[in-house]
Amino acid sequence: MSTTNSVVASGSVSGAPWGSDAHLQVVPPPPSLGALGAMVEPLHESAKMSAVGLRASFGAREILKGISIPLYEKHVTAIIGPSGCGKSTFIRCLNRMHEVVSGATSVGQVHLDGQDIFSMDPVRLRRRVGMVFQKPNPFPTMSIRDNVLAGLRLNGLKVAEPDALVERALRQVALWDEVKDGIHRSGLSLSGGQQQRLCIARTLAMEPEVILMDEPCSALDPIATARVEELIHELKKDYTIVIVTHNMQQAARVADYTAFFYMGELIEHDRTDVIFTRPAQQRTEDYITGRFG
Amino acid sequence: MRQSIWPTPERPPLVPGRFRGDTHRGDRVFSWITAASASIVILTVLAMTGQMLASSWLSLETFHWSFITSLEWNPVTEQFGALPFIFGTIVSSTVALALAVPVSFGVALFLSELAPEWLRNPFGFLVELLAAVPSVVYGLWGIFALAPLMRETVEPALRASLGFLPLFSGPNQGYGMLTASVVLAIMITPTIASVSREVLRAVPRAYREAALGLGATQWEAIRTGVFPVARSGLVGAVVLGLGRALGETMAVTMLIGNRADISASLFAPGYTMASVIANEFTEATEDLYLSALAEIGLLLFIITVLLNIFARFLVWRVGRQGGA
Repeated sequence: MSTTNSVVASGSVSGAPWGSDAHLQVVPPPPSLGALGAMVEPLHESAKMSAVGLRASFGAREILKGISIPLYEKHVTAIIGPSGCGKSTFIRCLNRMHEVVSGATSVGQVHLDGQDIFSMDPVRLRRRVGMVFQKPNPFPTMSIRDNVLAGLRLNGLKVAEPDALVERALRQVALWDEVKDGIHRSGLSLSGGQQQRLCIARTLAMEPEVILMDEPCSALDPIATARVEELIHELKKDYTIVIVTHNMQQAARVADYTAFFYMGELIEHDRTDVIFTRPAQQRTEDYITGRFG
Repeated sequence: MRQSIWPTPERPPLVPGRFRGDTHRGDRVFSWITAASASIVILTVLAMTGQMLASSWLSLETFHWSFITSLEWNPVTEQFGALPFIFGTIVSSTVALALAVPVSFGVALFLSELAPEWLRNPFGFLVELLAAVPSVVYGLWGIFALAPLMRETVEPALRASLGFLPLFSGPNQGYGMLTASVVLAIMITPTIASVSREVLRAVPRAYREAALGLGATQWEAIRTGVFPVARSGLVGAVVLGLGRALGETMAVTMLIGNRADISASLFAPGYTMASVIANEFTEATEDLYLSALAEIGLLLFIITVLLNIFARFLVWRVGRQGGA
């Protein structure tokens, strides 16, 4: 179950003993719900999605070692943590994209509106839980317009007024004014930041309930990043958003809640201001103050 | 303080002659060598074209355009018309492509997208192994196994069901256009399949996942996220297969029946350009006969070049449409 090269000793899902890093204060997280028990203030919003004891592996290598976390409706939850901590794997589990890779497996539960996603049809699940990837990936042979409509066409939906829908989706991501004169150009003719916003528009056109973003700004310059962050701010009025980020300032700027992952475990999950000002766990503080990771 | 290894105007190089001009001279020599290697290819093509033109000059002068429009191939009366061979080459290659392309794409998709991980490499290796079987072996297998099967089972069944089409009518001996096309199809399938597999595997996961993330089924993700990206590469794979089919000599010669005739029926024997050169070159004692065979070689070369240009054009047009 446990990896051989891990510093974390093998064994229990939560309350795992912390490893040999001497400079880390060893404070075992409380049992059962991991760090949730250590919340400073109660989390009162209703959870749109929640993971319960979620474990995920690639072959024999366990990436997630029992994650339990609620994701609150119409709020932004940021997942932070050092490289390899399993944050990308975690959100890829939320729309069952993880299991698409051969050799990838997962156990445990993830609920969407109280229903276990692993008993749903993954295709239908992904219509409700959209995803924006790390690298902008507009379909290279499609026009900007067709990219926005791609998801609807894939799902065989007849769009009554496709032009209106395209305009609305592109306006939502503040791309309309930049591309309205060249809507039939290739999606690849756009800059990286524009491409990423196009990908977000493509996801929005599907009207999902949850949007997962896997380091959506890591390939973007600061200006494009700022625009995407503004957009996330707008979007949370209507959508539940989960964003993985390497960038702690970004988490602090956009997220209502922040979860800190370390070596496949959830160390702490709380309101963003709490995580960044008075984290309950020493390891969280060490990470956000740049002492490791 | 660490001393820089790089020479400056004030300080001569640490090792005399090691820097500047010398390194660059190495680069220059290297670029000459590669340029020379590259020009060998062009020179070969030019030399080949020149030689074939020279060898076929007599025939070109004697027959002009009638060489490619005449049906008559009679070494005794020295009447040489290449139309049956051109027809045979084009028809056998076309039928072979029609049979091989769907199967090849199926194999490639299975290997790159659907097969369980442990099966992919051994299976892929087997497919590539098929491409390495010498064509004379395919020919022998065709004579001993395929031709009887075609004669006794496949062709009668085709006639029974589709006999109203001229394509599947007339007498059948097992040796003919269809049998040759089937063996050609089998021979080019591994080529097309293994190249297509590489092409499909090279498509970034990102596009597949983009489609899946939008709620695509596996097939839809392949159709939306993989095929369009791979399109030009897939055309390239087909062109490679076509190139092999056009030039294939041995197996076709053993199975096509070798009769210089044009028939609407695929059951009838035919003849290809490559086959007639291989079969008759040793018998061609007259200058004109030899020259006529050389002209067939020239034509085969030209057809191959034209088809390749056409395929490139398709790739270019497809790519441009996609980008529009």
